[in-house]
Formats: sequence, C-alpha cells, structure tokens
Amino acid sequence: MNKMVNIFLVGKKYEVPENLTIMSAMEYAGYQLVRGCGCRNGFCGACATIYRIKGDRELKACLACQTKVEDNMYIATLPFFPLVKQVYDIETVKTTEAVMMQLYPEIYACVGCNACTKACTQGLNVMQYIAYAQRGDFEKCAEESFDCVMCGVCSSRCPAGISHPQVAMLARRINGKYLAPGCGHLEDRVKEIKDGSFNDLIEALMQKPIEEMKELYNTREIEK
Amino acid sequence: MYSENFQKSIAAVEAAREKNIALEPERMTAKQKEDLLAAYHPDYKTDEFDVLKIGPNKGDKVPVELAEMLQANSRITADSVDLSNPDYETDVLIIGGGGAGSSAAIEAHEAGADVMIVTKLRIGDANTMMAEGGIQAADKPNDSPAIHFVDAFGGGHFAAKRDLLKKLVCDAPEAIQWLSNLGVEFDKDEEGTMVTTHGGGTSRKRMHAAKDYSGAEIMRTLRDEVLNREIPVVDFTAAIELILDENGNAAGAVLMNMETKELLVAKAKTVIIATGGAGRMHYQGFPTSNHYGATADGLVLGYRVGAKLLYAETLQYHPTGAAYPEQIFGALVTEKVRSLGAKLVNGNGEVFMHPLETRDVAAASIIRECNDRGNGVETGNGLGVWLDTPMIEKIGGEGTIEKRIPAMMRMFEKYGIDIRKEPILVYPTLHYQNGGLDITPDGMTTNVENLFVAGEAVGGIHGKNRLMGNSLLDIIVFGRSAGKSAAAKSKNVKVGKLTLDHINAFAAEQEKAGIKTEKVSPCLLPDYTRRK
Repeated sequence: MNKMVNIFLVGKKYEVPENLTIMSAMEYAGYQLVRGCGCRNGFCGACATIYRIKGDRELKACLACQTKVEDNMYIATLPFFPLVKQVYDIETVKTTEAVMMQLYPEIYACVGCNACTKACTQGLNVMQYIAYAQRGDFEKCAEESFDCVMCGVCSSRCPAGISHPQVAMLARRINGKYLAPGCGHLEDRVKEIKDGSFNDLIEALMQKPIEEMKELYNTREIEK
Repeated sequence: MYSENFQKSIAAVEAAREKNIALEPERMTAKQKEDLLAAYHPDYKTDEFDVLKIGPNKGDKVPVELAEMLQANSRITADSVDLSNPDYETDVLIIGGGGAGSSAAIEAHEAGADVMIVTKLRIGDANTMMAEGGIQAADKPNDSPAIHFVDAFGGGHFAAKRDLLKKLVCDAPEAIQWLSNLGVEFDKDEEGTMVTTHGGGTSRKRMHAAKDYSGAEIMRTLRDEVLNREIPVVDFTAAIELILDENGNAAGAVLMNMETKELLVAKAKTVIIATGGAGRMHYQGFPTSNHYGATADGLVLGYRVGAKLLYAETLQYHPTGAAYPEQIFGALVTEKVRSLGAKLVNGNGEVFMHPLETRDVAAASIIRECNDRGNGVETGNGLGVWLDTPMIEKIGGEGTIEKRIPAMMRMFEKYGIDIRKEPILVYPTLHYQNGGLDITPDGMTTNVENLFVAGEAVGGIHGKNRLMGNSLLDIIVFGRSAGKSAAAKSKNVKVGKLTLDHINAFAAEQEKAGIKTEKVSPCLLPDYTRRK
C-alpha cells in the first residue's frame, strides 16, 4: 500500500497515493480530464502546471504527466495560455533578424530576468535561445530550443510579454528550410522516381505470387 | 537509481555487457517467427476477440472492446438534430488534427478548397506528436523504393494492399522533401546527407529522424503551417456521427463541443476521417504508448455509415514500452534505442534475440522470455526485460545518448535513472492499429462515396504488422493525397438533402441481430477516474 499525501487541486484538498503523477492524482481525485491532458508522455505540452510546496517561496512549473505529487503541493494547471502566434508565409519570409523585428519585436524588450529559463518544464535555456533569435542566429536558436514542447509556462512568467515557443518555432522553420544544408541524394531520388526509373522494378513486385515474395523477403541481403 | 531488488540482475547485465556488445545474435527463420507469434502474440489469443454480428464486416473477428464500440448505439437519435441549418459549411471537412489531418488540410487548402479541421482535443494532440524514432524513405544510393516495398510487405506478413504500399514507398522521398521545404529539421551531416539508421525489419538504413522528437518536430511544423494558412481549426469539438445525403454520399458530421456538450452541424462536399488510433481502448488490458484521445472513433463513425474495415483484428504491441517506473508504465521507449545498438537482455544478463526483428516478433519474444521461460525481472508492476542502454555510449561514444535520444534520457532522468549508465526495463505496450477503414489509393473508402480516410484510421497499407518509421510516412503520404483528392472531388459534388437515416437503419440491424446494449459510441475519451 502506498503512503498517502495531501495535495491541493486549484486550492481544494485531496488525499492521494504518493506514487501518482499530478495527472493521475487528478483522475484519482475524480476529475475526468478534457483540457490539460494530451499525450500523457511529455511531448505535447497540454498539461503545463504551476505548483508551490507549502512553506516554499518558489513557484515551480512542470508537466502534470511527468511529475510525481508531493505532500502539501498546491497545484494550478495551465491548460491554455494566450501565446501570440504571428502569421507569415514560409515561402517569402525573411531569413535574417529583420524577421524578428517585424513579427516578434517584443523579444528586444527582454529585461534579462531569466524567469523563462527557470520556469521551463523541459529544462531549456530559454533566455539564451531568445538572445540568439534577437541576433538572427537562427541555427543556434533552433538547436537550443529543439526540445521545446510549447507548453507556454515560460511566457506566463515573462514580464516583457514574449511568446518564446512561437519565436523558436519560427527560427526552427527558417533554419530547417533555408539555413540547413540541402540534401543532394534526396533531390536525386525524387527526380529518379518522377522520371520513372523504378517503375519496372515496382511493377514486377505488384504481380509477383506470394510464394515468390516470401522467398525474396526471406533471402534479402541486410545492410550491416 | 534502482532499489536493492534490482541490483543482482543489473550486476549480471553489467558483467555481460562487453560480451553482449560483441555478440551478433542470429535472426529467426520464417518458421521460428511463425511459431513464436502463434504461441505468444496477443493477436492470436482467440478468446480476446468477438465476431461482429452486424455491419459491413459481419462475421469478422475484432477485439472484444472494439466489437462493443462498433455495435454500440449512436450518441444521438436521427430526429434530435436539425440538419436544415448547418453551423458550418465547407468543401472539405477534416475530422482529426494530427499529422494526417493537418497534411490533408494543407494540401486541400493549397488546391484552393475551403477546408476546416475539427478535433476533439487540440490540433497536434495526436500519436504523430509522440512518434519518436523516425520516418522511412528510400533516398540513399544503395536503396530503392522496391527494396522498401519488400521490407514492408514481408514485415506486414504479405497482407498489405499492394497498390497502397506502392504509393507509400514511391511517394516517400517526396514526402521528406515536402517536410524539409516546410522547415522540418531532419538530422543531417555537414554536407546535407541524411543521418539514417535501421529499424526492426529494414534491410537498408533508411530511418530519417529529428533526434528522438521526430514526430513532434513534424507535427509542430504542420500545425504552424495550418495556422499560417488560417485554416479554421475547431478544437475541443468531436465528430460523433457522420451525415450522409439522400444519395448515400458522405456530406458532413454532427459535432459535439467536448466541454459544453452543445451539438453542431457541419455540412461538407467531402469528408476526411483522420482520427488516428486506438491505444486508449486498452485491448487485452495492455497499457499504451498512445495519446489520450486514441479511441478508434473514426472506425466507429465509418462503420455506422457502412464503410468497410480491413484487418481490424490486428494490433501492434510495441516491444519496448516502459515497464518501470510505474509513473511511465506503457510509455514508448523508441525503437531507435535499439537502432543505436542497445540489445534486449533478460534478467540473467543473456541476450535472447536479435534486437531488430520486426515489432510483432520482438514483442512475442519478450512475452515468451518473461512468461514461459521465467527469465523476466519482477518490476513491482508486472514483469520486464532489460534494454541495455549503456551499450549505446560504448558503441557510439560518450554523448551519443544526449545527442540522439534526448527525450528518452529526460523521461527516465525525471525518476532518477540515468540511461547512459543504467539499463532500463521494458515490456510490450499497445502501440498501433494496423487495421482500419478500407480505401483506394486516392484515399476514398471503397464503398462510401465522398468519404476519405487518412492516417492510422486506414487499414491495408502495412498489412498485419507495421515497420518502424512507416506510420509517420503514411500519415504524410496518405494525408497529403487525401487532401488533394478530397479537394478535387469536392469541385464536382452537389450535396443532396442531409439525413441521419443511417442511425435508424443501424438500430434496426442491431435489433434483428439481437444486440441489446447500453453502450454508446464513439468512445471519445477513456475514463480513468477512480471507481469508488
């Protein structure tokens, strides 16, 4: 039998087993979740949560599906946060820092408080990737922000009103499309397929009796 | 850190590590695989399946939980909804906001159609977001779509519809190019060559990845593009019943606001079901790696209007779900961990199989190792075997894990386990719905006009088992294609009078077959609240 702990869901006290995550503790308490629950595995950012342990000065942030409950934990979920997402055309977007000045000028109002980094549920250096975005260094911004799940907790703590995850999203798309090296073998293969270079090979497979397909499969050479 | 109970077994794994790294385990023969699956794979446990008594697949076996939903009552009655005054009218209605639905939306929009997405959670709350390992495409010089075809056809037990599989493998390189052009950041070297690895059952290294956030990187990019195009996304709104017109063609859906329960009507010239998988149905009591909304809704919606299912009796149990700690029980441990060199090791420190057999074979092999052979490790929450992750650092060099599988490192780190230094415990978890609605290569169902399907809700692309990296591929290839086809088709559609008569017809079939049930479907969300 697991030890029980007291938690406070949006201020109300519940007694739950100590081995549960915050998400399963809410379900244990009787909540049928609709909001604030997505992949349940730490990838989607739906279950951003802010909590304080009683007596502790510090507010902490986490993903409810990835964090165990603690005794005297005061929990407020943040199932939605009004991030600003600017609309742009990826085909014509500028690839220099001018794009940031145009779409997300508030990043230049960063006061360097580092609250975003302290709040990040993924442990990313958020303030640093915003600094890279300010300078138009999108490759570094992309790398530093790559593990972002866009939960929005950073933005909830930002005095400058920055929507960090959206800034990083823009930087990653610019990097992926324009700055990362192109891929020659991919372009070649797409062209070969368009030219019909594999048509005969494929058509032969379309007609082949199952027994022959089995033989082909079971004796195929496997790259080391 | 593992508690005392695990230390003896961990010591055995550590002691054998050098030897196990050097070992090249034999792959099983076709006969060995067949016997193993028949004895241990969950798809072969006949008492876990029911025969459908009504509908287009009458007489076919499906999991008992699915049979219950397919033969349940509608959530509404035919006369309870006013169809004369639709809340939404569009050319293409897309049900589901995952990778397939978003790809379809982008292409339908590109083709000039009016398009909207409805999704019961948020756009991006989907299995796509959780796909870790990668996406296949035969784009290297030593590879070809034909080799990819043979790998997938054999891996799926020679049951795939060949015209669908042909499309999957031939459109794969272009799918990667399309994603790259949208800004998806694939792992490449400095010259731009894709960093590719093996997956279980592949004969060439054609697994493209974005670290171990491959699906997340693809999904967030598609979502950003949908939003840039200002395609309407009606979130927290589930489709609960399809609407046909008087000619029997798909013509919209009845929608339900998930929070207020308000009912709404969407009228459309074509409909795309892109509702995803079924892991949250917990077939045979298995945990799942799937997202919260994976409840087979699309299969139910389609089945009730008469669309046929194909291979709905086959599910994929991913061999390596997390077996410990219990907080992440059933969560996906990506196959890429094995692609990078980690082997499966039993409680005595012995490698008991080749780590890159196909998923069904690997899952059955782990179940055999734990159950009949008694070589599993007791986790406190069942049994598991070791996946010896520290091998990766020894093979690829220090730092490989942090660079290539950061999500895995983070997931276990939160519970005090450093996967660079300690192995992890795994057991099969319900992962993928191999079967689904039967389609033609343009994505339309074989027997309901103007009803398209894309993504995990489709059956037949992979056959009876799917290779790693072919589902991220299929949602892009068939999502894009369904979007284009549905947009083109919508140009020539004149929608007749809307009707929900099929609900009554289905109820009459139920009664005739003697089915009495209190259940309603689609399921929409699992109920995990504590039973008092």
